[in-house]
Amino acid sequence: MRFIQRLGIFFFLLGLITFTAIPFLGEYQFSEDQLAALVKDLHREKMITILHPMIDKDYTSSFAFVGELNHLMDEYNSVLKAENKWDEVIWDDYSFPLAKAALSSPVQENPYLFLFLSIGLVILGGLLYILPQFRNEPPGIKNNGVFHSKMKNRGWLGMVTGTYLILFYVILYWYPAYLVNLVWMVEPISLALSGNPASQWFLYGLIYTLAILVMGVRMFRKYRGNRYQQVRTASLMFFQTAFAFLIPEILVLLNKPYFDFKNIWPLDYSFFYDYRIESLTQSGAIGMFMLIWGILLIVVGVPAFTYFYGKRWYCSWVCGCGGLAETVGDPYRQLSDKSLKSWKIERYLIHSVLALAVVMTVLTIANYFTAFGLLGNVTNQLHSFYGFFIGSAFAGVVGTGFYPFMGNRVWCRFGCPLAAYLGLVQRFKSRFRITTNGGQCISCGNCSTYCEMGIDVRWYAQRGQNIVRSSCVGCGVCAAVCPRGVLKLENGPEEGRINEMPLIIGNDSIKVNA
Amino acid sequence: MSNSKHIVILGNGIAGITCARHLRKQSDSIRITAISGESKYFFSRTALMYVFMGHMKFENTQPYENWFWEKNRIDLLEEWVENVDYQKKELHFRSGGKIGYDQLVLATGSQPNKFGWPGQDLEGVQGLYSKQDLEMMEKNTSAGVEHAVIVGGGLIGIEMAEMLAYKGISVTFLVRETGFWRNVLPREESELVGRHILEHHMDLRLETELVEIIPDESGRVKAVLTNKGEEIPCQFVGLTAGVTPKIDFLKETELDINRGILVDSYFKTNIPDVFAIGDCAEFRMAPGPGRNKIEQVWYTGRMHGETLAFNLVNNPVPYKPGIWFNSAKFLDIEYQTYGHVPSDWSTQEYQDFYWEHDSGKVSFRMLTDTNDSIVGVNNFGFRLRHEFFDRAIREKWSGTKVIQNLEKANFDPEFYAPYIHAIQETYGKEKGLNIAFKKRSFIQKLFSAKL
Repeated sequence: MRFIQRLGIFFFLLGLITFTAIPFLGEYQFSEDQLAALVKDLHREKMITILHPMIDKDYTSSFAFVGELNHLMDEYNSVLKAENKWDEVIWDDYSFPLAKAALSSPVQENPYLFLFLSIGLVILGGLLYILPQFRNEPPGIKNNGVFHSKMKNRGWLGMVTGTYLILFYVILYWYPAYLVNLVWMVEPISLALSGNPASQWFLYGLIYTLAILVMGVRMFRKYRGNRYQQVRTASLMFFQTAFAFLIPEILVLLNKPYFDFKNIWPLDYSFFYDYRIESLTQSGAIGMFMLIWGILLIVVGVPAFTYFYGKRWYCSWVCGCGGLAETVGDPYRQLSDKSLKSWKIERYLIHSVLALAVVMTVLTIANYFTAFGLLGNVTNQLHSFYGFFIGSAFAGVVGTGFYPFMGNRVWCRFGCPLAAYLGLVQRFKSRFRITTNGGQCISCGNCSTYCEMGIDVRWYAQRGQNIVRSSCVGCGVCAAVCPRGVLKLENGPEEGRINEMPLIIGNDSIKVNA
Repeated sequence: MSNSKHIVILGNGIAGITCARHLRKQSDSIRITAISGESKYFFSRTALMYVFMGHMKFENTQPYENWFWEKNRIDLLEEWVENVDYQKKELHFRSGGKIGYDQLVLATGSQPNKFGWPGQDLEGVQGLYSKQDLEMMEKNTSAGVEHAVIVGGGLIGIEMAEMLAYKGISVTFLVRETGFWRNVLPREESELVGRHILEHHMDLRLETELVEIIPDESGRVKAVLTNKGEEIPCQFVGLTAGVTPKIDFLKETELDINRGILVDSYFKTNIPDVFAIGDCAEFRMAPGPGRNKIEQVWYTGRMHGETLAFNLVNNPVPYKPGIWFNSAKFLDIEYQTYGHVPSDWSTQEYQDFYWEHDSGKVSFRMLTDTNDSIVGVNNFGFRLRHEFFDRAIREKWSGTKVIQNLEKANFDPEFYAPYIHAIQETYGKEKGLNIAFKKRSFIQKLFSAKL
């Protein structure tokens, strides 16, 4: 079995190396016709002129190709910018579609082979490593050696992993032209699902879903004997696969708008953007349904479900970001900062993002209904600002790339505006709480250590107080790791939910009139 | 209350620190100093095992951030106290310094029992109580240890066994009694834990005692000899046959001492302005029926601290613990107890109901007195609610009433197998009762609401 696990690591690394090497394959060359077909009518003639030196020229690396492309575009644009001819500047980034069209590489001929040698081997290796874990061991808490691990305690393996993730996100968001080989690799899957060619977002969605599925299997192994963890993980795997990945693709296949039925504004910050509203309103009854469904989730779904179950119904049962955090991120949950200071920073930061998202959305809607007479293109600038700093940098690069540095819920804790909204409901109007079992706490600190949201659970438990915190996503791991059966996630009457205990149960010496 | 006296607390465990915190809650003006040579900051002793096993870092065992003490003006001194001058009201440190006090609280805790076994001080032989013990254990097990022997089957013993297993060190348990922790647990529970120990591939030797620990040439343990004449080769020996008050440095002074520091129900020693709480205190009269004169449990330490802090500021009240409770974890099996469940009893004394799940890892026991009033429960492998049993035992509920309401006592996570129902069913059958159990509708379960 030890051999099988080692083999698993070998396959995993081999797959990862292939995956990393694939973008360096192939050659790039495009014709004038290809170029003409890819760019907007408005830009066609200009682009042909600008990129004239590149037409029919053969590039042996993506760096040479993208480098020259960007250089030519910059050259053209900088002149116009210097002359303040902003309208004539070509803001569109054609590097990804051009690179994708220009590529000729072995990946295109044998996409399935490369898919197997990269992602396939990673999955196979991962499963070979995961499945034999904890065999011959009775069910129980499996945190042995977490802080002695180079991976899970900010050791060199964690640093390497974090750096790799950050690089991947930076390339994915801002330099996707370098990933066209990988996109070609998943092209046949995209064609089969939606009938559309693959984009970098399809590649990302596929990897994301597979990562949640494989690491979800790990959760089943790790939390053997803990039904709450297993049911919750199964729910996350289901919602990611069906709602976030398959259904939107199938909708596109059926000529309907791409729509994730479980993504809720303001996490889905572009929900009220004009192009999205237009795409929904122009898609007949189903589009109208999607629009109303999305709004109902915001105004009825979130408060109602959160009232009955706490924000966990979304954050640790349904959400895609939560799905990744609870599966891929689970090995890093202990790295969240528990200090009072970080709680203060958290409250400022997350509520600022919520405020920003609300202001931006209100302006967008106002602008839309005044036919852009109010603010003109200002909302576009706001959108790019939010998209860059919050949507991409915070949620993606920091949110996932920082797993091995600051724990698996950095985005959910410090940035997610939907988490802030859910949290406000949870804190002030909900039946959810983590009940402390009388005086049984021994202050050991397992609960606080393994709280991914950085809540100092012990602070409350050791004084016999229930835990009612806006940030709690209800993952239930504090209750799982507690060695004395002190914590229980419960939905119950609002009365007595928040309890100040002058003295803990068990001492009759002092009578305190509370 | 305005008061500028200086209270010095010797020991920063749960008893001493609870006392310090509650003193500050009661009075803004008292000067409070807590002294410990073990560690500057309060940590949870019960969590030392998790540091060893890599579940936590040592700082994770500290329940309060370091700024907490300054903010609450609790002065911390990292010193070992060598002796106390009760006349001058001074503590003398090993380092040569000293500090004066107006009132002194002794909360020095415990140390592992050593019963004079030959070889008990050899290298590789140790107990586990303090932070220094943990560091020593890390050193003692860092290399060359394949097999270990643990002497004494109690809570620290099972923790040590789990810690050693983490390092891949096989373990033999020497237990004097007929079953694991049998002096506390009834036979079935003791057997349940025994089976689980075997499930973890540990070697459990019941009714076996340590005779001698045998050294190798370098003075390190190489084997132990048992009273059955067997020599067990091992490179590490854990001495976990209980703990005893850590009061050696207070012996042969005017302080009244028996096994612990003798105190009345107000935690007063025989010397004015000197008090003792926690593990190191021994009550002259047991604090309640069926209670020990020395209470060496986390929870009692906390209650001692709460009560003494109140007494030092207000009109003193006697220590009066409520319904007993305790908990532990045996490898993977959690244990809780509420009220009074002795290891053995007579049928004239108590009626007994015992249920065990087919897995042999989950059990429930309830004792009722001759009036069928509940006196206590033991539960293994699942969780029960403290508040529920505190009330049921205090209000002397009948066994049947307890079982009927057991749903409210369930503290297991959601989606867990409902052991409660199996217990209710078994109880009904055994007692020939037709108990009407309140089954909740799907809608009620979905919203977990009392509609």
